[in-house]
Amino acid sequence: MAADTQDAPDAGFGQVSRTKDVAFRVLALAATLLGIVSLAALLANVAVDAVGWLDWQFLTNPPHPDPYAAGYFPALVGSIAIMLLIALITFPLGVGAAVYLEEYADDGYLTKFIQLNIANLAGVPSVVYGLLGLGLFVGLLNLGYGTVLVAGFTVSLLILPIVIISAQEAIRSVPDSQRQASYGMGATKWQTIRNVVLPRAMPGIMTGTILALGRAIGETAPLIMIAAPTTVFGIPNSLFSKVSAMPLQIYNWASYPETEFQYGVVAAGVVTLLVVLLTINSIAIVIRNRYQ
Amino acid sequence: MSAPDFSHDASRTARGTVFRYLFMLCALLSILTTVAIVLTLLVDAIDFFAQISVVDFLTGTRWSPTNDPIAFGVLPLISGTLVITIGSAMVALPIGLLTAIYLSEYASERRRAYLKPALEVLAGVPTVVYGYFALVYVTPALDTFLPLSTFNALSASIMVGIMIIPMVSSISEDAMSAVPDSLRQASYGLGATKYTVSTSVVVPAALSGIFSSFILALSRAIGETMIVAIAAGQTPRLADVTDPAGLFLNSIQTMTAAMVQIGTGDIVGQGVAYKSLFAVGLTLFVITFIMNLVSEFVASRYREVYR
Repeated sequence: MAADTQDAPDAGFGQVSRTKDVAFRVLALAATLLGIVSLAALLANVAVDAVGWLDWQFLTNPPHPDPYAAGYFPALVGSIAIMLLIALITFPLGVGAAVYLEEYADDGYLTKFIQLNIANLAGVPSVVYGLLGLGLFVGLLNLGYGTVLVAGFTVSLLILPIVIISAQEAIRSVPDSQRQASYGMGATKWQTIRNVVLPRAMPGIMTGTILALGRAIGETAPLIMIAAPTTVFGIPNSLFSKVSAMPLQIYNWASYPETEFQYGVVAAGVVTLLVVLLTINSIAIVIRNRYQ
Repeated sequence: MSAPDFSHDASRTARGTVFRYLFMLCALLSILTTVAIVLTLLVDAIDFFAQISVVDFLTGTRWSPTNDPIAFGVLPLISGTLVITIGSAMVALPIGLLTAIYLSEYASERRRAYLKPALEVLAGVPTVVYGYFALVYVTPALDTFLPLSTFNALSASIMVGIMIIPMVSSISEDAMSAVPDSLRQASYGLGATKYTVSTSVVVPAALSGIFSSFILALSRAIGETMIVAIAAGQTPRLADVTDPAGLFLNSIQTMTAAMVQIGTGDIVGQGVAYKSLFAVGLTLFVITFIMNLVSEFVASRYREVYR
């Protein structure tokens, strides 16, 4: 780049605009890297702080007011329990809605309205979904404050729009010629969807759903709104048990003033959460790459 | 696309119809969700407004749901939300736009292939983690040269800003990629540099998409909860426009943080404070819903222009 600038024979107009061009390019690259680099720096900080705190005892102990005895086990199990329930709910509902919108629905106003509505739901703040859970599942249906069931239902509604949108994209990417071939052999619409469209779209649908589950595992505000306890000492043994989750436990620990909590225990909790998240996302990427 | 129906087998057709309606129900569930959100918010909000007048709620300048004297003026919460929104916009909009320009106009295919997923990671980090980062790393770092409170709007804004960068950059980049190449070629043909093409041709042509990304990102900033609840504190404070610096350096409270405070308090039950949760939630929902609609509307314009 520098060579270009020197090569410009007319030092006037050409050089000025060339310099500006190079400067802008560097500025744009710097802006692109800024967010990534700051996040990397913060992650490096938290990883260093977690050293010595993130051990087997931390992962298998219940929470404790003494930082050296504090553990993450109930939150870890709680998060996984909620996530499994969410997967069971959102996968069939999300795929069903996506199949309807892509394969059955016409281009009428109802379809457009549903589509616009899904896009809007994806932008509703998660804390508002928490109020929905509080009003509907706790208040109206009386399923209990902060239970596994209410947490699962509430966060399911929250990530459903994301699951639907990604499943739609996966279904849309199945080539039309394959559907036509299936019809040509006398298959019905449902047979075509079951035997041709869904198998071809499944890797994409799985990837989208798993990524959405990753998002679900980090959700905190809706769980606070449905009054999930920020600290529990046992693991859930039924759908009606009160449940905590990793982000709730982090939120709780972050309010402790002791340095051992601020820079030790919480750091270990954050690293564990991020490792679980990374594992989930890697699974999604592996699935996508294997079937691409 | 309608399937040619050669089938005269009644049971096969019947099964198809059953699945059709089953899938339709799944799709209609999304509309039901919206209706349920509106109803749950409205029912308790109406209860709340039976005790506190709408005018007092919307124009009151003091928010104190539990401490005497009790007051339910939402303005301090809205101004706190505005402070965070403006702060995070100053971080995310320029950076996000420059990022989009770099990815769409300058970056090679290979570089894009790893920069884009790396940026998406920013949006995938749980917000409770960002809140913790703001509290224990960013605030102490800024504190070395700024007179900061332990809880402050500045570190929260910076973190919210970083979180929403990918929202701005990916939608803006989509809009810029949709600008037809013939426009760029025409400009290069006139002897323009890449800088001129990017800023005078591509950005103006993609403006509606860029605006749409801005609105969506701001809507996300308004609804962001855990970062502000952890790092910005719980001090409802009416914005003092004569002292903008003070607003960022001190603790504030946003609408979402106020909801978390009430949600974690012991006010589970049917009191006014509990009901106020739904009134604030309704206000938040209405604001973000309108912004999402506007964003969708603006975005649909550029899609039509360059289809």
